[in-house]
Amino acid sequence: MKSAVLVFPGINRERDMARALRLLSGREPAMVWHADAALPSGTELVVIPGGFSYGDYLRCGAIAARAPIMDAVRAFAAKGGLVLAVCNGFQIACEAGLLPGVLMRNAQLRFICRDVYLRVERSDTPFTRGYNAGQVIRVPVAHGEGNYIADGETIARLEGEGRVIFRYASPDGMIDPDWNHNGAMNAIAGIINAQGNVLGMMPHPENHVEAAIGRTDGRGLFAGLVDHFNLAA
Amino acid sequence: MAGASAAMMGTETMKARVTVTLKSGILDPQGKAIEGALRSLGLRGVVSVRQGKVFDIEIEDADRAAAEAVLKSAAEKLLANTVIENYRVEVTG
Repeated sequence: MKSAVLVFPGINRERDMARALRLLSGREPAMVWHADAALPSGTELVVIPGGFSYGDYLRCGAIAARAPIMDAVRAFAAKGGLVLAVCNGFQIACEAGLLPGVLMRNAQLRFICRDVYLRVERSDTPFTRGYNAGQVIRVPVAHGEGNYIADGETIARLEGEGRVIFRYASPDGMIDPDWNHNGAMNAIAGIINAQGNVLGMMPHPENHVEAAIGRTDGRGLFAGLVDHFNLAA
Repeated sequence: MAGASAAMMGTETMKARVTVTLKSGILDPQGKAIEGALRSLGLRGVVSVRQGKVFDIEIEDADRAAAEAVLKSAAEKLLANTVIENYRVEVTG
């Protein structure tokens, strides 16, 4: 799996992401600077990592979404290339028009940094084939603006087309306001685009891939992607 | 002329203001917090608060219509996220 991790000023999770990709795919990802106009040739997966691009100025992800490299990412996605957008990456993907909706300030106004439980809604995507549908995984979140909102029509379309991939849930997989930490509509933690090749999610699967850290629930996402490309080859 | 404003160079400039506000119906937790803070200051009569952003922009070498077109484009492309926000452009002089 040949992956490229985008780097913007103020991004700080790119090395965690690169570490997870190296560990699970056995290949060194390319680190791609925001001012570049092109992705490395042969790129199979683009990752937009987490952090605080441009200090979250204007709106989270707004300035990064207009960087030169994003034109290349849009063209890559339009041709079916896989894009994984995590945390600030999810905000950037929404601002760039790769995914619908917006990540607003958390309903309780607090920055949330803790492990959460996610219910995996589908296992038939390249990103979630390493999980079972309905499975609950525990991964960290670290964000102040993760409260997903979209207009009613967009939410209905996302739900109708099965494009909600992860929801905040209780440890036994129940959807409950008490476990919806940031107040996201329909407890949405992650969505996919209509073509099924761009996934955005607020939580950080890349931080739970090594037993030494405590948990390995995030491995399934990266191992699934590696499988996806091995089967395609 | 990087670093020098058009005014310093003696060219004609226009001043404008772009105001960005949240659409009605969009939850505004920051506005709610400000509303609560105003109430706790004992200010009477505050019913609700919605917060937004103001951009004061200088435009050079443009007539009014051209300046408005540039600002509208700026608002659409970057200053506002029209999924959740409205914007208003005013050329002030």
